[in-house]
Amino acid sequence: SEAVNPSLLVSCQTVVYSAEMFRRATILVPYNGQQQVRSMATLKAIAMRLKSVKNIQKITQSMKMVSAAKYARADRELKPARPYGAGTTAFYEKAEVKGEEEKPNKLIVACTSDRGLCGAIHSNICKHIKAELAQDASKAAIICIGDKSRAQLSRLYAKNIIAQVGEVGRKPSTFEDAARIATLILNLGYDFGSGTLVYNRFRTVVSYDTKELPFYSATAIANAEKISLYDSLDADVIQSYMEYSLASLIFYVLKEGACSEQSSRMTAMDSASKNAGEMIDKLTLTYNRTRQAVITGELIEIISGAAAV
Amino acid sequence: KWRVRVLSGATSSPSTQPHHYTLHTKLVRMFSRAASTLVRRVSLVGTRSYSDGPMAFTFASQNQVFYNGADVRQVDVPSFSGSFGILPKHVPSLAVLKPGVLTVLEADGAAKKYFVSSGIVTINEDSSVQILAEEAAGVEELDLGAARDILSKAHSEANAATSEEAKAEALIKVEVAEELVKAAESG
Repeated sequence: SEAVNPSLLVSCQTVVYSAEMFRRATILVPYNGQQQVRSMATLKAIAMRLKSVKNIQKITQSMKMVSAAKYARADRELKPARPYGAGTTAFYEKAEVKGEEEKPNKLIVACTSDRGLCGAIHSNICKHIKAELAQDASKAAIICIGDKSRAQLSRLYAKNIIAQVGEVGRKPSTFEDAARIATLILNLGYDFGSGTLVYNRFRTVVSYDTKELPFYSATAIANAEKISLYDSLDADVIQSYMEYSLASLIFYVLKEGACSEQSSRMTAMDSASKNAGEMIDKLTLTYNRTRQAVITGELIEIISGAAAV
Repeated sequence: KWRVRVLSGATSSPSTQPHHYTLHTKLVRMFSRAASTLVRRVSLVGTRSYSDGPMAFTFASQNQVFYNGADVRQVDVPSFSGSFGILPKHVPSLAVLKPGVLTVLEADGAAKKYFVSSGIVTINEDSSVQILAEEAAGVEELDLGAARDILSKAHSEANAATSEEAKAEALIKVEVAEELVKAAESG
């Protein structure tokens, strides 16, 4: 017959005296200071958990691959969008355009998306807005681009949200989308003195900043400090200019946000896969130990039963 | 061959907000105003550089950057307040781009032509120029056959249009398409 494990023999000797105990269905064995129930049912439970964690690891790995591909594309599209944003803000800085002081109304546009599992992207923007509105929320209106910001802001500031833009994040945004959002903002007719776009500015694959970009109404531009320097301006030109620059700012902000979101999702899914891997290792060890304990228990029963005969 | 995407405003769904309509009728009115006055055309033959300062020229469309802070000699822009040429130390100004051909005269004398659909021009005090176009392409890339197709489609849409808004949008499409054909023919 097979060679018997010497430790098994020892445990058999000690166990023969307490054969009674092992006729009970459950075996209580102290293990690392914790009381754990060991039986066939526990083995199956661990096996199920192990299988589900392995599935989750596969899913998070594939999500990481998908967002890596989307990030590459978003990064490529961000490169031409940056001069677009810089060109628009250059005028505001050089002409020293300021928000109208007589009108304290603020319009805040939160630039997020519909999809989660991307780390702290959406909550950073909402935290920024909440901090700004903490003192006085009466004179501010919020426009939410993306479902996530609406969900987070509607708890405290539901009355301030005047519009919401959906279906953001599935496909890369185009200038048409930005133009439609700009039209929406202007058609709402909210009389604002100053406006801000809150977005995540992409820095590197692992880091981004939550930033604000100001935008102004046509009257604010007309009242700017250095506007008199600019030649041949009339109300039509300023109005068209303001509309187009709002659309291009929104386009830039959407592109930056998309790039930050995809890179953040990539890192989040990567750490989720790593965590799942660690859980799988620990669970595998537990499973093997449980399996061996069950086999040991069965052997003890058999041997003690044979010894009793 | 490159297919042109017409102005975003003109291709939006029938449920366009009315504000779009007022912007475009204003532009259509401005266009007719500018057309009735004399359009200053800066001739490229014998360009003189009145000022020799650097011009930080940025020209970008939504998916391509053509120049970013480059130093060029002259830029001719088609705008609703008339076509004009921009040299270094031009007086600060803002302008709205009209569909047409934009010509860049580079530092080494090469002239490059681009078709632009719409956008804005900013000339700042420090002689920096930013031209942001909605759609832009080099005229060599334009396909004359495709441009003519777009023009005929735009004409039929203009005839079939029922509401004022749809008619205004279709007329804008016609305007862009006509300029596109002109640019494709010259390129």
